[in-house]
Amino acid sequence: MPMKIAICVKQVPDSWAEKKMVDGLLDRASVDAVLNDLDEYAIEEALRIVEPLNAEGATHSITLISMGPERASEAIRKGLSMGADEAILISDPALSGSDALTTSKVLAKVISDGGFDLVFCGTESTDARMSVIPAMLAERLGWAQLTFAGSVKVDPSSSSVEIARMSESGVEVMSASLPCVVSVIEKINEPRYPSFKGIMAAKKKTIAIKSLSDIGISPSEVGISGAWSAVLDAKARPPRDKGIKIEDSGEGGLKLAEFLQEKRLV
Amino acid sequence: MAKVLILVDHASGKVAKTAGELATFAKRAGDCVGLILAPEGQSQALSEQLSNTVIGQVIAVESNDFAKHGQGCILDAITQVVEKVKPDAILIPSTSAGKEIAGRLAIRLNSGVITDAIDFASDLSATQSIFGGSFTVSSKVSSGIPVITIRPSAIEAEVGSSAPAFEKVDVLISEKGKLVTITDSKPAVKGGRPELTEAKVVISGGRGTNGDFKPVEALADLLGAAVGASRAATDAGWYPHTHQVGQTGKTVSPQLYLACGISGAIQHRAGMQTSKTIVAINKDPEAPIFDVADFGVVGDLFAVLPQVGQAISAKRA
Ligand SMILES: Cc1cc2nc3c(=O)[nH]c(=O)nc-3n(C[C@H](O)[C@H](O)[C@H](O)COP(=O)(O)OP(=O)(O)OC[C@H]3O[C@@H](n4cnc5c(N)ncnc54)[C@H](O)[C@@H]3O)c2cc1C
Ligand SMILES: Nc1ncnc2c1ncn2[C@@H]1O[C@H](COP(=O)(O)O)[C@@H](O)[C@H]1O
Repeated sequence: MPMKIAICVKQVPDSWAEKKMVDGLLDRASVDAVLNDLDEYAIEEALRIVEPLNAEGATHSITLISMGPERASEAIRKGLSMGADEAILISDPALSGSDALTTSKVLAKVISDGGFDLVFCGTESTDARMSVIPAMLAERLGWAQLTFAGSVKVDPSSSSVEIARMSESGVEVMSASLPCVVSVIEKINEPRYPSFKGIMAAKKKTIAIKSLSDIGISPSEVGISGAWSAVLDAKARPPRDKGIKIEDSGEGGLKLAEFLQEKRLV
Repeated sequence: MAKVLILVDHASGKVAKTAGELATFAKRAGDCVGLILAPEGQSQALSEQLSNTVIGQVIAVESNDFAKHGQGCILDAITQVVEKVKPDAILIPSTSAGKEIAGRLAIRLNSGVITDAIDFASDLSATQSIFGGSFTVSSKVSSGIPVITIRPSAIEAEVGSSAPAFEKVDVLISEKGKLVTITDSKPAVKGGRPELTEAKVVISGGRGTNGDFKPVEALADLLGAAVGASRAATDAGWYPHTHQVGQTGKTVSPQLYLACGISGAIQHRAGMQTSKTIVAINKDPEAPIFDVADFGVVGDLFAVLPQVGQAISAKRA
């Protein structure tokens, strides 16, 4: 049986850009948007698993799934030019301001309706930084959760997946049968740059843009109106006082020690 | 009176420092109930370690499935304890696993979830510091039992004086809870130094150490500090990945953060920018780390660090 692999990818504001908040929400229009760089590792890992198998005649497929504004298709195009086969973008005005509960609901619906059996994610989106979507997908789908993978082994013949989970608590080797949700950490591989050929090929690949009603979710279930939490107050931190910078000309360490002692830090 | 359930984290038979911290936040809202999920026969000993916290009551669930199957079983247990205790809020340490558990629990309870909070108020609202500390946001869960993960070391734990009441309960673990099998586990090696997220002082080394962390470790030991590393240093294998500070490593917020031979890339700053005082040693006067440093020394870490140590030792003598 060919595997149908889904990769959840998100378009995020460029991490280098200065961020603004408008009415308690991130002002996404004011910054450049890019493919969440952690998701590139997920794409790369899925490609590394599938490419050698398909070269031997298998027909495993890779579909990118994203929820976001229509301009997220720019970020998706990058994933397609790396080598994914096609993409689904769920875009609906009602989804603006969604939280993780909503995002996971929408993505899980598309995944279960699409007949996928393996989902790859990044460990974190660089804007939300919650690191919860992959676990929430496993919960909503009732699938095995294999997250924070520093390595992934997929055995299509036995439909099993083994990962080494690398987190602050150490390393754990864990395995499960398909279907499952995998998230990968950034140490797992070095994502490829799209080749010229890849970029040309991506232009012909399909990005199916779907609204909420297309996927069978009612707008009242999602978005700000359906949010499970409300922002009471958002404040920009006052800019840090300009620090002191000294050139070491033989006594930089002494001066640093003095600073620490004056501040009673040591 | 509100009741707040907290998840008591532990590793290798020792309760984590976060237990006392979460209890301190819980107390602001009402009574604190600690939940211990432990292997067979180990919960009583863990509970006894909580006598110096303000946890009033402990509920313990024992099962060897937690270590064998991981989060699926943990979720089953927590959900059943929540049904029994009926808390008004649930606090969980904001570790990788803690956030995942919180996210899944929120779905099971049809509740809102807030991750990585640095403050928790008696009205059950939580404060987060986002975008590398450039914004402080306070929010409140508006539906269900608030599930909130709390960043380690967000508060100084209040010291209690009596052992919590202890009760063991049984739960049913579903087949769905056992979808994953853990076949091998290597806990992070605990050296003699404090844990990164718990330390008051963190000294980190980057590519500038060129693989030699000795001067960093020497000063760390003099100051009782934890040692951190940039991704360049962990990728090179100079320091274990569990010590990485940054976006994909740990978020630390100590009284003092000392960055040595670290350029200060945005991904690194994301994990240390909320430190109270930041000090940097870097050869390159243009290094972005100086933009966030309260005190910067443009110089060679191999010359500056030992001198700092000598000066401090001399003062102490
Ligand atoms: C998806 C993703 C996630 C990432 N996550 C993280 C993360 O969690 N944490 C993290 O740290 N990085 C992370 N990074 C990497 C980050 O972008 C930087 O590459 C990394 O932080 C650089 O490490 P560094 O500062 O040690 O090395 P460099 O940027 O190479 O800087 C070394 C510095 O040392 C100085 N130096 C050299 N010799 C000396 C000396 N003798 N004395 C004093 N100074 C000296 C140099 O002037 C230079 O400024 C991530 C990147 C990506 C793409
Ligand atoms: N809107 C989204 N569309 C598609 N995938 C997403 C979206 N948000 C998060 N993800 C996936 O979930 C991972 C973790 O994100 P987060 O929980 O938001 O930190 C990301 O690396 C993506 O793989």
